Amino acid sequence: MSSLQMPKVDSSIMSKRDTIISDVEKIVNPNNVLSHQDEIKPYETDALAAYKQVPLLVVLPETVEEVSKILSYCNENKIKVVPRGAGTGLSGGSLPLEDCILLAMGKFNKILELDYANRCVVTQPCVTNLAITQAVQDKKFYYAPDPSSQIACSIGGNVAENSGGVHSLKYGATTNNLLGIEVVLMDGTVTRFGGKAMDAEGYDFLGLMTGSEGLLGVITEVTVKILKTPEVVKAALVGFPTIEDAGNCVAKIIASGCIPAGMEIMDKALTKATNDYCKAGYPTDAEAMMIVEFDGTEHEVEAFIQKVKQIAEKNNSSSLKISKSNEERLKFWAGRKAAFPACGVLAPDYMCMDGSIPRGKLAEVLNEISRLSKKYELPVANAFHAGDGNLHPLIMFDANNKESLRKCEEFGAEILKYCVKVGGALTGEHGVGIEKRELMCEAFNDKDIQQQLTIKVALDPNSLLNPGKVYPILRKCAEEGRVHVHGGKTKFPDIPRF
Amino acid sequence: MAEKQNFQTSLDFSQNIFKPNNREEIVEVIKNCYKKNIPLEISGLKSKNKIGRNFQAEKTLDLSNYSGIIEYKPEELYIKVKAGTPVKNIIEELDKHNQQLAFEPIDFGFLFEGVSNGGTIGGVISCNFAGSRRFKVGSARDHLLGFQGVNGKGEVIKSGGTVVKNVTGYDLCKLLSGSFGTLSVITELSIKVLPKPETSKTLIINNPHLKKAVEYLGNALSSSTDPSGGVFYPEYFEKSFIFNDLTHQGALTGIRIEGPENSVERRVNRLCKELCLLDNEFSILDYEQSNIFWDKTKNLEVFSKLKSNLLRIVVPISETLNVIQKLKAHEINYFLDWGGSLIWLQIKNVNTKILKEIKDITQKHLGYYTIIKIENDLKATADIFTIDPIKYKISEKIKKSFDPKRILNPGKMYSGI
Repeated sequence: MSSLQMPKVDSSIMSKRDTIISDVEKIVNPNNVLSHQDEIKPYETDALAAYKQVPLLVVLPETVEEVSKILSYCNENKIKVVPRGAGTGLSGGSLPLEDCILLAMGKFNKILELDYANRCVVTQPCVTNLAITQAVQDKKFYYAPDPSSQIACSIGGNVAENSGGVHSLKYGATTNNLLGIEVVLMDGTVTRFGGKAMDAEGYDFLGLMTGSEGLLGVITEVTVKILKTPEVVKAALVGFPTIEDAGNCVAKIIASGCIPAGMEIMDKALTKATNDYCKAGYPTDAEAMMIVEFDGTEHEVEAFIQKVKQIAEKNNSSSLKISKSNEERLKFWAGRKAAFPACGVLAPDYMCMDGSIPRGKLAEVLNEISRLSKKYELPVANAFHAGDGNLHPLIMFDANNKESLRKCEEFGAEILKYCVKVGGALTGEHGVGIEKRELMCEAFNDKDIQQQLTIKVALDPNSLLNPGKVYPILRKCAEEGRVHVHGGKTKFPDIPRF
Repeated sequence: MAEKQNFQTSLDFSQNIFKPNNREEIVEVIKNCYKKNIPLEISGLKSKNKIGRNFQAEKTLDLSNYSGIIEYKPEELYIKVKAGTPVKNIIEELDKHNQQLAFEPIDFGFLFEGVSNGGTIGGVISCNFAGSRRFKVGSARDHLLGFQGVNGKGEVIKSGGTVVKNVTGYDLCKLLSGSFGTLSVITELSIKVLPKPETSKTLIINNPHLKKAVEYLGNALSSSTDPSGGVFYPEYFEKSFIFNDLTHQGALTGIRIEGPENSVERRVNRLCKELCLLDNEFSILDYEQSNIFWDKTKNLEVFSKLKSNLLRIVVPISETLNVIQKLKAHEINYFLDWGGSLIWLQIKNVNTKILKEIKDITQKHLGYYTIIKIENDLKATADIFTIDPIKYKISEKIKKSFDPKRILNPGKMYSGI
């Protein structure tokens, strides 16, 4: 993997390692301070596993007071801190630094309150996304954002990355479903932003913290809103003879006044791969395949599904199936959810990109990707959250071949630049982290980045909290940006990724 | 020499009100004021300029000429506009494509002047006050996809874009929404738009008791009938709501159901059953009447041309009943929106002591209040917004990072910020 420039290692911190360990052991239970190589090795990377770095030591605080004391201690002694939740992030947001204390929040793993009267859940940050839904589902409630890694990713990490999911068009991302957080700033200040009352007045620090990738504060408590489980969920599986037809159909569905809960498109390469991989039963002749899902009350869903049927037919759909049962609906999704592992079978390695584009640019962007695929002589398959414009091209390559890796990286960067060019964004839901850091200047100019850095300095003057992430070092617009998967194995092969 | 050239402009810097026509002129005004330490009041159509603290500004930056729709893509669900564009124009344009600003911007014109004045889109986003659909679709801030603006140094900055999924860098859209023009002058905004529901109906429950109303609202919002509005008006507002379909007078609880025709019909019926309503306890407003009802609510028409004071109190719904019972010690009129968590409180004869008391009550019940309208002699001393010392310190730092010389609406939100 290409080398990545990280903040300069502070040798004075490295040389004081023993003192730091004994100081930290006075703040937290010494059993929660990990310093032996065998203990800290598992923390050397997150799900962007191409980059590895063992931290100075790992601390597992148990209370907000401990977090506050550690941060305040680190601030006084100019020690870098990298916060970490479940470590499932795809952009390297919790990659340790050689001279940092890795603040692993794993012990903050309890749900604190199920408040049905106010339709919210108060939880510690290292509870998984799915556990929140599981805790309230017997009362027929759920938590809407559903990143594909929801069985493992932590809610605190979701806040840090502003995670999305396939239902973002209708229900928004984390930021739109969050009511409040308790947060510790780098100087040890503990404060709360938002709460059970909506729209706390004053500057929206809750919104600022959400998606700030652990650079502004450490989250110690989260309050999210929960929604009533929809009565009915139905999906349609539609095939199209061309990508353009599929793209037009998406635009027409939106223009007709329907807001689907989810709308997914896969190109032919991916459809074929999933059919081969898990016998998904998708139409093999279609150039593009769409799953569109509606939820709500029975008559509402039925009305929308009928509308979609008409629109699809008008847009030359070659096949159309509507789920008759929940089992059938889940079967529609099974292939889509197996899309990533299916690519793992096609090539030794694949790189998963994450860009956002205007829905109407789908055909144009896919044509460009296919042109680039020929240029770089690397096959590519495309999955697209069409509802919210989030594109995940999967570039297939061989990491053992240096030339292949180089080409793949260049290819990926060109795709993301193209996303920005057509009015989209560098990252829809995976975050910038270290992965797309150097591409930030594609989306922002110096003044934009400078304004963001000034905010960082206002809250963390010594730049000790998660430094080296999100913003380019030396403004070097290198061509980087990808999730690298070797031999079909991600860092956590058992976590779904779609 | 180069700097001097920058200030050669069509704008006359001897005047007190700048009305720029383009972004370059906005940049010039701010750069000039930054250089000369001149505080600026940022203004649009003056629909909300009475909200916030009094502050001294030597000059006014009036954005009402910087108006117009830049780009509207109905199929991409966004509209890009200049900050001075009247909200009314945007709503009219969206209407042609059967779309809407789902967060229902409040028209404060009725409250302050007795006539409609929806203000500019820049003002609506800068104040972040959402209408009745808040609990379902989010606040104004949830609909700002991206912006360009000018910070207090006269630098053009941007954040976000036109797509809904975007996690590139800090989310400055959120930070600027509700910052009352104190961090940057927003110049262009990309706003998320949504399809208008095919139809809507409003269930009106005739019920005089607040306790029962809060219960109805809580149950309705927790039901799978998916309401998009929930209000309670006590009996003293009965004259404001005269509709053909309304069978009773007196206090009323209103719950809005939106969507496709047959779905709305069935959901309303089901909601009646779930709330165990008897036939003589409710009436149903059809689409037209329902729209009028919610427009009146969103525009605070029951407080039209209000002479006394108005507070906007937000608490978790579980606390509403207790808060109102405590507030009844004073001479108050109120109504509930947001399914019970927003209390619009009219209060006569306030003084600093009473305001402090109300603040303590709202804070004790996990909420906050904002003073929307207050007698002039109190305005100078009262805290318009609630803030604690830690957040004040953070706000001070953030203000400095955007506007180091404090020239943009200085003191509008808090003294010293």
